[in-house]
Amino acid sequence: MSIFYTEEHEWIAVEGGSATVGITDYAQAQLGDIVFVELPASGRELSKGGDAAVVESVKAASDVYSPVTGQVTEANSALEEDPSLVNSAPEGDGWFFKLTLADPAELEGLMDAAQYKAFCDGL
Amino acid sequence: MSDEEPADIIQTLPLDDWHRERGARMVPFAGYHMPIQYEGIMPEHLWTRESAGLFDVSHMGQLFLTGDGLDAALEAVLPSDVSGLTEGRQRYSLLLDENGGILDDLMFSRFPGGIYMVVNGATKWDDIAHLHEALPEEININHLDERALIALQGPKAVDALSRLAPGVEKLVFMTCGKFDLAGTEAWISRSGYTGEDGYEISVQAEEAERVADMLCAEPEVKPIGLGARDSLRLEAGLPLYGHDLDTAIDPAMAGLGFAIPKRRRTEGGFPGATTVIKHLAEGAPTKRVGLKLAGRQPAREGAEIYAGDMLVGKVTSGGFSPSLQAPIAMGFVTAAHAATDTALQIDVRGKRLDAIVVPMPFVPHRYVRGS
Repeated sequence: MSIFYTEEHEWIAVEGGSATVGITDYAQAQLGDIVFVELPASGRELSKGGDAAVVESVKAASDVYSPVTGQVTEANSALEEDPSLVNSAPEGDGWFFKLTLADPAELEGLMDAAQYKAFCDGL
Repeated sequence: MSDEEPADIIQTLPLDDWHRERGARMVPFAGYHMPIQYEGIMPEHLWTRESAGLFDVSHMGQLFLTGDGLDAALEAVLPSDVSGLTEGRQRYSLLLDENGGILDDLMFSRFPGGIYMVVNGATKWDDIAHLHEALPEEININHLDERALIALQGPKAVDALSRLAPGVEKLVFMTCGKFDLAGTEAWISRSGYTGEDGYEISVQAEEAERVADMLCAEPEVKPIGLGARDSLRLEAGLPLYGHDLDTAIDPAMAGLGFAIPKRRRTEGGFPGATTVIKHLAEGAPTKRVGLKLAGRQPAREGAEIYAGDMLVGKVTSGGFSPSLQAPIAMGFVTAAHAATDTALQIDVRGKRLDAIVVPMPFVPHRYVRGS
């Protein structure tokens, strides 16, 4: 499994032709207490960089973008019951959705863990 | 090159370093770097509701007005009873334009020798210009920009503050006085904008760090950011200028009729009096209401409010209530849809969320009132 990161602070864990997407620990820390997550429905086609989800904190709503083009296969229903999973386990149980990759070559433009860490350190 | 400073220069306030040392996340607000949060809005909000939070509100404008004929002059500007305000008492009031639209909301108090006034940070320069224009020359407007303003809010604020400034426990809601606060003269009122019991404390800027340190050394007190101040005031049903109040809104629409006493409604003589008195007597065309949303998704400022297919209003403040663990909002709707229990829908990114009109405050006020 390979994990990639975007400059918009999403992570994508890829295994074969499918992937899991969420927001990074850095992102959840910036957002603060998360109270609601609006997730894409199964079957929805997402485009790279396009709107995929909305994450709401006490104070504000933020868009979450899809790191790649693909079709949603599953949304994390656990977030409906407990949105704070995004705060407590952003890169684990707090994942947002799974999708099938339309074009694995799109991953090449994303950052690996070391690059992403350097990116955040520079912010 | 111009001699004038660019309008977007962001200034620092007396407690800037103090906030940063305590890990605050600083953001530009009303022209100043301000602490938005320390450990997080949710825990800071809940701490204030159960203990005491220290808020730096030094960005707000503190004015002291003096001069012969001050009361009458102020009554030509404010729709309040100024002449009946005795020493040590404080009132909420409004600056209105000629149509009754709200230019700002404010607090004013009678101190020996004059009237002390606190106005909003983002509007203070406009307010000062407005007062200069509206008041006669004999009235002196002193902008106390050498003073800091600290709000200590929450049910245990009285315990913490009375140890350092004995006597403040005797104040009741909307009264004030000058106190010795650990060796410095502090102007303290029992008021605030969170719905909790608490105090606002004005001290000389050079004393602000020492005072903030001493207050935070009390076990009940933690520093709290403006993020939680906003969620607290929303739960308390208190409107915020620039969001719930502006020049398109008059006091009757905003549900602020309590700020205009009977004498002023009868006599008039304040800006916009004709419209305001008419709306107070006959009912305003739109009204500020509280809304409780179904589900967990909040509706934010600007979201449109519908009754079926009919657009009936707009959300002016919305968020997730940490105390109620549910989304709440404040907004303006047409009078026909403003009654408690009216079922409405709010458009959030194309999705209609069910909402219901509820009485405000969402969380009961805990002011300590006199008998």
